[in-house]
Amino acid sequence: MSVRRLSPNQPASFEFSKESAKQTQWWISKYPQGRQQSAVIPILWLVQKQEGWVSEPAIRAVAALLAMPQIRVLEVATFYTMFMLEPVGTHALVQVCGTTPCALRGANDLMAHCKKRIGPKDHRSADGKFYWQEVECLGACSNAPMAAINDYYYEDLTVEILDKLLDDFAAGKPPAPGSMIGRQGASPEGGPLVLTDPKLYDGSAAKPIKSLPNAAPKAPAA
Amino acid sequence: MVGILEDKDRIFTNLYGVHDWGLEGAKTRGCWNATREMLAQTPEWICEQIKESGLRGRGGGGFPTGLKWTFMPKAQSERPHFLVVNADESEPGACKDREIIRNDPHLLIEGCLVASYAIRAHTAYIYIRGEYVHERERLEAAIRQAYDAKLIGKGNIHGWDFDLHVTHGGGAYICGDETALMESLEGKKGQPRLKPPFPAGAGIYGAPTTINNVESIAVVGSILRRGAGWFSSFGRPKNSGIKLMAASGHINKPCVVEETMSIPMRQLIEDHFGGVRGGWGNLKAVIPGGISMRMIPAEEAEEALMDFDDLAARRSGLGTATMIVMDKDADLVRAIARASYFYKHESCGQCTPCREGTGWMWRVMERMATGEAEMREIDMLLDVASQVEGHTICGLGDAAAWPIQGLFRHFRHEVEERITNYRIGKPHVQGASLEAAE
Repeated sequence: MSVRRLSPNQPASFEFSKESAKQTQWWISKYPQGRQQSAVIPILWLVQKQEGWVSEPAIRAVAALLAMPQIRVLEVATFYTMFMLEPVGTHALVQVCGTTPCALRGANDLMAHCKKRIGPKDHRSADGKFYWQEVECLGACSNAPMAAINDYYYEDLTVEILDKLLDDFAAGKPPAPGSMIGRQGASPEGGPLVLTDPKLYDGSAAKPIKSLPNAAPKAPAA
Repeated sequence: MVGILEDKDRIFTNLYGVHDWGLEGAKTRGCWNATREMLAQTPEWICEQIKESGLRGRGGGGFPTGLKWTFMPKAQSERPHFLVVNADESEPGACKDREIIRNDPHLLIEGCLVASYAIRAHTAYIYIRGEYVHERERLEAAIRQAYDAKLIGKGNIHGWDFDLHVTHGGGAYICGDETALMESLEGKKGQPRLKPPFPAGAGIYGAPTTINNVESIAVVGSILRRGAGWFSSFGRPKNSGIKLMAASGHINKPCVVEETMSIPMRQLIEDHFGGVRGGWGNLKAVIPGGISMRMIPAEEAEEALMDFDDLAARRSGLGTATMIVMDKDADLVRAIARASYFYKHESCGQCTPCREGTGWMWRVMERMATGEAEMREIDMLLDVASQVEGHTICGLGDAAAWPIQGLFRHFRHEVEERITNYRIGKPHVQGASLEAAE
């Protein structure tokens, strides 16, 4: 378990922006009537997108919106590690995956570099631009090592590439996410070895199928 | 040819995202073909076909998917039925569902429709892990396309009213457990529920629910189009089908690839993943399916087949078939210590053996990694691991114990050597830290 507490410095109030308020209604509409509590995680995420982090007034506002006891929202905000409970960097929140598959391919070097460049983990940098964390497996293990920077995945990193990425973020020019060594998604380096048959893509698979294999004999004609 | 599976038999034809992920592209590749005919059959027929295809759950458990669907109540009561798709892919090593979601989302949407019909559900939720922001945006866009084309929704062209919603988590590994996922979907902390009641009796909102992995659902349409016999013709009996496999760690070309079940592990690594770094002889151990599976040493990896039964016979497991390869330069003890930290971090804190045990095991593993542990602590660690295993509500306790057990089963001598080497030249043992650990 990770111990997570609210920041001692809290803003006085929280207000949903017009856009977020619209989004909250869309999320609530996804769930059956009376089950609006289900939307609590997506709505806290909207709060985080709006403010950069989740503050105590925001937790109260979400509780009021969803007709939930405040303690239940607080529980959720502190249980799920994606919610940042203190302000993060203005330019980039760097989340380096440190779990075994990434560690085997050099994540420890990436984290050492973050420490050198940004400062201790789970703290804002001196200039307030950056904030870095070590996070648990982000589910892109075939593209290890990787980091999520401001929500998007930057894969196949080296220390040099990461350094360059941070330069770009510091300059306010977020680079395009994806594989940093030119791999196409999770295909092998140097290009796919399979899925090369042009017949897969010429539309022959879309030809109508007369009857399904093993179909029951008296299936009503559609 | 590379591997065993031919291109014509692949289900995920846009695995690498080279082609259009959208509706038009998916239709060209055969998705949404004959879906109406599938829904013209009875739900029982669909369950029967999936059973016959031998499809076993692709999320790691390996439970027969068709059989799971038949556990749902046959008649609709006042409680609606739900399908929930588990896209909370958080197991270290696993990175296969992500490729389906971002590159072939329509196969998943089609599968959701067919599976929902088979279990008589009119609503389905896809619970995607919160970190997959890009993947979620892609999936939402694909679902909008399907709604606009009236493929799903109320009064759709398939004649089965069906609503599909995406919801997301907040970065908790535990929500990959089906009951924790349901808690999380209901807007609570992701702490697993006791079973029974099983989800088919009382799942989300107390209603009958079926939970399946993304891959299990996404292959359904293709199985029905091509026939159960086609799918079951791959792999060994009881382990049939084709499956996404992936590799990470010390290999030359890590990637995700679709292959037949029961492909020899060595062939998979050498054909698709560019071989082990430094050649096959440099291999030390493989964790075959996500980090919770026990590792197997190189000698066994030589003969192992990538299926449920062969790997279970080797005291490991197929899991998600996403392997972690470690060569002779790898520090196995350090790698497993990092895995123990992962479980300590992700324990939900509900059951004492897991909450306390994962932290304890991690601290001891850290000292084993440096060598400052005591020799007798090895047996103590294994004893604690066996006390955590099987004594928790969900499988996280087991998953935390298995990697440690796998390490000591095959590489105990390495840890012992490390402890001995640490002692060399040091006149005293570190009694203080030993007491703290006990």
